[in-house]
Amino acid sequence: MIDCQSITKKYAHLVAVNDVSFKVSPGEVLGFLGPNGAGKTTTMRIIAGFVTPTAGRVLVSGFDVESQSMEAKQRIGYLPEGAPSYPEMTPRSFLEFVADVRGLTKGKKLSRLEEVFALLHLEPVLEQTIDTLSKGYKRRVGLAQAILHDPEVLILDEPTDGLDPNQKHEVRGLINQMSKNKIIVISTHLLEEVEAVCSRAIIIAEGQILVDDTPANLESRSRFHNAVSLKLVDPSRMEGVRTAIEALNEVTATEVDANNNRMTAFPAPNKMPLAAISELAIAQGWEFSELHLESGRLDEVFRTITTGENA
Amino acid sequence: MNRILAITRRELISYFSTPLAYVFIVIFLVLTSAFTFYLGNFYERGQADLSAFFSFHPWLYLFLVPAISMRLWAEERKSGSIELLMTLPIEPREAVLGKFLAAWAFIALALILTFPIWVTVNFLGDPDNGVIFAAYLGSLFMAGGFLAIGAFISATTKNQVIAFILSVVACFGFLLAGFSLVLDLFSSWAPQVLVDAIASLSFLTHFSNISKGVIDLRDLVYFSLLIVVFLYANTIILHLRKAD
Repeated sequence: MIDCQSITKKYAHLVAVNDVSFKVSPGEVLGFLGPNGAGKTTTMRIIAGFVTPTAGRVLVSGFDVESQSMEAKQRIGYLPEGAPSYPEMTPRSFLEFVADVRGLTKGKKLSRLEEVFALLHLEPVLEQTIDTLSKGYKRRVGLAQAILHDPEVLILDEPTDGLDPNQKHEVRGLINQMSKNKIIVISTHLLEEVEAVCSRAIIIAEGQILVDDTPANLESRSRFHNAVSLKLVDPSRMEGVRTAIEALNEVTATEVDANNNRMTAFPAPNKMPLAAISELAIAQGWEFSELHLESGRLDEVFRTITTGENA
Repeated sequence: MNRILAITRRELISYFSTPLAYVFIVIFLVLTSAFTFYLGNFYERGQADLSAFFSFHPWLYLFLVPAISMRLWAEERKSGSIELLMTLPIEPREAVLGKFLAAWAFIALALILTFPIWVTVNFLGDPDNGVIFAAYLGSLFMAGGFLAIGAFISATTKNQVIAFILSVVACFGFLLAGFSLVLDLFSSWAPQVLVDAIASLSFLTHFSNISKGVIDLRDLVYFSLLIVVFLYANTIILHLRKAD
């Protein structure tokens, strides 16, 4: 259990985190979303015990991160932003150091090292110094360090930054695999990552929580939620089709993207226009090259919430 | 204890995986020899002792020890690895002690590697090896004093050059605390008690006793206290300024 109790962090000229409270339970993967400078990193640093909050406190598994820092830190695995490590060391010596500091016994240390080397595919670079590694490998060394002691709580600040699509996929798989009995908090800019791994999302801007909800509920806030996108085989019929669809009760409006001739029909409140549109298409003999139901667009919800504008 | 040793070991791995360690040791050995034989007139004195060797140690340490200590914390701050270190289950005092011990052990190694000069003086004459041992011990404690001051200053900045310069100046002040160069700064306005107190902090005065082979407990206590005080200050700085 992570319990953040109205944490606030003030710097001389700004309030980085402003009275933020939330709880995370085992099994949850919490995604922190927000524009740059929103306070994501500061919040994670406070949970990890690196930044002391100006007010409020954080309990990790019941231990106060400030006053019982050793107990709390033993239960946390933390990947700081940018995955800092010691560039002149090799991944092997670096991870051995972390294992020693974390007090892993000799047998446990060896078996855990082998496990994380394999999990993160570090074997090819174990004897190279870290400063010669690619960004992707550096990030994976940082992840290895965070999960080495199999912690109850994982705090990962942008865990997939700098990874290629395959590596991102693997890291997300790893997070999903570990999520069953752990508490995982990740921060990210990538909205697809929230959909892929998170069971809950917090959107934070200017140091305050704007939204705390499941990704599915977030999507349903999008005006694209339950909208229907379609493309005609013969684009010249578009105008006729558009008029007919707009006339449906289930549809409030339509938009046509001039770049690719894709039409989107937005649903009336609490309506699902897909069935009506399909029936109409069969009756009228329209031929679609594409027809699908939108679940909602997180990026649009994110923009709407964080900028207050209507996308 | 294990955590302190883990940090010490990690630091030493870092020293020896960069040219730093080798450059330092070579320069230390070259300079100690050069000073002993050329400036110290080791042969011309015609005496079987190593005072020509030890008398230059304070001045060598003045520049070489800050070169070691400047990176201790400033580098961690600069590279961001301090965030990693401070979020591992390590007490700040353990980290301070682990790093200090690593740097101190490294300087001890450099001192041990000066053994050829000891062999030389034993070959040429019949020196009092007890005096030489005492002087080595005193030299190591003095190096520890310089190191603790430098480590403390390094913890206050992320800029290694600033850490180096401030450490040299601070160490210079301690070195000459008993001399008019420093005392004149205070004697005009400070009460005599304070001036005397400052004068008693002088590294040179304390070291000159030891290097003559007179192990006065007070001198060792002085350097030990100095180390403890600055390491404690280092710990406080870390508590106050973990981040930023």
